[in-house]
Amino acid sequence: MSLNSNIPEGKLEEKWIKYKSTVPLVNPSNKRNLEVLIIGSGLAGASAAASLAELGYKVKCFCFQDSPRRAHSIAAQGGINAAKNYQNDGDSIYRLFYDTIKGGDYRAREANVYRLAEISPNIIDQCVAQGVPFAREYGGMLSNRSFGGTQVQRTFYAAGQTGQQLLLGAYSALQRQIGMGNVQMYNRHEMLEIVKIEGKARGIIARNLITGELERHFGHAVLICSGGYGNVFYLSTNAMGSNATAAWKAHKSGAYFGNPCFTQIHPTCIPVSGDHQSKLTLMSESLRNDGRIWVPKKSNDNRNPNEIPEEERDYYLERRYPAFGNLVPRDVASRAAKERCDAGFGVGSSKMAVYLDFKFNMMRYGRVEANKMGIENPSENEILKLGKDVIKEKYGNLFDMYMQITGENPYETPMRIYPAVHYTMGGLWVDYNLMTTVPGLYSLGEANFSDHGANRLGASALMQGLADGYFVIPYTIGAYLANEISVKPESTDHQAFVDAENSVKETIEKLLSINGTKSVDHYHKKLGKVMWDKCGMARNAKGLQEAIDEIKVIRNEFWQNLRVTGKANEFNPELEKAGRVADFLELGELMCIDALHRNESCGGHFREESQTNEGEALRNDQEFSYVAAWEYSQNNWKLHKEELKFENIKIAQRSYK
Amino acid sequence: MSGNMNLTLKVWRQKSNKDKGNFEEFKVNDISPDMSFLEMFDVLNEQLISKGNEPIAFDHDCREGICGMCSMFINGRPHGPKEGITTCQLHMRSFADGDTIIVEPWRANAFPVIKDLVVDRSAFDRIVSAGGFVSVNTGNAQDGNAIPISKNDADIAFAAAACIGCGACVAACKNASAMLFVSAKINQLAHLPQGQPERMQRARAMVHQMDKEGFGACTNTGACSAECPKEISLVNIAAMNCEFVKANVVDSHE
Repeated sequence: MSLNSNIPEGKLEEKWIKYKSTVPLVNPSNKRNLEVLIIGSGLAGASAAASLAELGYKVKCFCFQDSPRRAHSIAAQGGINAAKNYQNDGDSIYRLFYDTIKGGDYRAREANVYRLAEISPNIIDQCVAQGVPFAREYGGMLSNRSFGGTQVQRTFYAAGQTGQQLLLGAYSALQRQIGMGNVQMYNRHEMLEIVKIEGKARGIIARNLITGELERHFGHAVLICSGGYGNVFYLSTNAMGSNATAAWKAHKSGAYFGNPCFTQIHPTCIPVSGDHQSKLTLMSESLRNDGRIWVPKKSNDNRNPNEIPEEERDYYLERRYPAFGNLVPRDVASRAAKERCDAGFGVGSSKMAVYLDFKFNMMRYGRVEANKMGIENPSENEILKLGKDVIKEKYGNLFDMYMQITGENPYETPMRIYPAVHYTMGGLWVDYNLMTTVPGLYSLGEANFSDHGANRLGASALMQGLADGYFVIPYTIGAYLANEISVKPESTDHQAFVDAENSVKETIEKLLSINGTKSVDHYHKKLGKVMWDKCGMARNAKGLQEAIDEIKVIRNEFWQNLRVTGKANEFNPELEKAGRVADFLELGELMCIDALHRNESCGGHFREESQTNEGEALRNDQEFSYVAAWEYSQNNWKLHKEELKFENIKIAQRSYK
Repeated sequence: MSGNMNLTLKVWRQKSNKDKGNFEEFKVNDISPDMSFLEMFDVLNEQLISKGNEPIAFDHDCREGICGMCSMFINGRPHGPKEGITTCQLHMRSFADGDTIIVEPWRANAFPVIKDLVVDRSAFDRIVSAGGFVSVNTGNAQDGNAIPISKNDADIAFAAAACIGCGACVAACKNASAMLFVSAKINQLAHLPQGQPERMQRARAMVHQMDKEGFGACTNTGACSAECPKEISLVNIAAMNCEFVKANVVDSHE
């Protein structure tokens, strides 16, 4: 099958407008007979479920948590981008488009990214209308801040809890539709198989996590909005339950997987403190607005950071990237931190950390406050105290979180931070309509591969999730469903449902019958270590080949020596984890295969063989300017390529110097 | 890295909603003070699995204090001894070597136990469905800056909106009242211009649903707010009572 991205004809800035005016429509009475199944209730899933129900479709939405409001979008901290240009600082749709393509190191599709930038202002409007309490200025207007990889202020935020507020907005819209009976919500349910009839997605098998019962659900279309797969690394900033299972089942049912090796390592996370660690905690990128990153100039310097004088500190981001300084994109900042630590300049007991220091900006803010209050000749301590209050107002919750986890006070000593797995740019391959290679099967939000290329810019994940759910899918799903209006709901006694359910049952029985000696977490940790060491921030051919072999060994052991306690027909969190890790053990291998084949560096994918003399990522556009879309067949993968054409942006070596 | 704390845990075990539960005692050794409380439970569960016993079921997801899923009642207090944090943010350095720690699920009629420490909080979702929203369909919005909102109002709305829906307020309350949760949503929207058209209807509908779910009455003890991991203010309850009374007065004149 050849890949058709179905990008509309015409000029870039006219594509979406023209598409919207010409896409086939479904009349209201037909919508009532069309059923849509939505997997996941994060920003993409909840916004899609609410919006499609508002249009009149019959919607069922599934989430594994106890409430749709728990989806991990809730944990996004820093903000959401939109090309509003409220700051009058030169922003525009084109600039957001350009920054996103460049930030993604020229590995994203122009038409999709332009549409995203075009829709971005509507998202802010919609959220404000729902009562999302964005930060405001004293004049009552919306406030903005900066994020990495841009030189304008276009990030809207609600303290360090922007994801929470946006998700609660989408959740309230979803709950409203649930209350009206337009959406049936299935909490504590996990999708475990796609049902295909005559090549089209026609339903799912879901497990009721409380009773363990398997359920069959018919749908005219299925939307996978289940988020990313960062937990393949075991330690990541993802929630404990975040998983790839829905996307992976979709992949094994015929949906191609796009750029699986593109993962984002976020530069500012709280460092690992020991083997007991179950997850890593992000410190928002917004902190880089006011924090300066440094390490001592002397290697192995064990002095208290406050005792290291200014001239003995290396502000390495400011030194290497004067134009963007501390606000370089995430992939660049992460690699630079790794480089310093590997070279022996790391700090803290593990030496795998760098400082994020707020003192300089506390003093700057303090002086402004002192001026405002008319304090003449304030002492250094007075200035610092005033500055601390400003920082507290901006980032108080993040500082508290840091203090809880580390037991250290970041108002007094610099934070210690280190990169951690955060987001996956790769995902199910989708066309312009967000449809996968299986007709009727869609993917939205982080679960798809579409908009961020090889590196996502900060504050763009929330933008994409909501763009897909509120403003893209309501149009594009019509293009497909307009031809399905005469399709009657299939009985769930259909053989395809029976077969799918049997295959799920078989897997569950197999997991429970191994009766080995090692827990699910044991294998998950083993896999995570291989992935982090060999498919993490830096990758090379030798390591990746080893990783592929090692993962196969771990997978074999898993299926021979796993111990899952409890039964199938009851609430059994160990069984849930086992199924998810089984899928990670396959996905991890594909990620390494993809990383091995892409013998270039781009964005978050850094191949040591491909770097400039200064150690920057070196792309190879001649050979690799394409999306790698992998087709699954019988425990093997076949590569398909979607060429990327850049007609509106001049492709260049990415520079933040 | 393992640590040097040895602890005794008394944990509520209950097979399902139909079974009677009881406390079970466990020992955990070599706990590091840098572990989170839930990581200590991970260690305990690994121990149980390695002996072929069933691990303790507990709800948790983000482990950074924002999803609202974790819900342990520790030594008689929801989310444990420290103020302003969730169970997942509680670290073992808040305990001492040799301590005995008692862990129970949220206890409320409206939150039936599913298994061990896991309870059903879907009543909260149904309360939101009753009116915790602004009825604005996708595509109906005007420009975000078209309605200026004073920073003060935006800040008050935000402080109320910070609720994570964990249910600690209910667990803390001797009457298992959900007033703090409900009032936070009502007050958030009452402070914003977007919330005005449905203000009265919202107060009535949400309170009605809250009562229907079987939550208890409020006697202004304030345990809810004291134990709230997001420190939602008790003022919200007073404001909600105002909203509700106003709504009923308006209702009787309609």
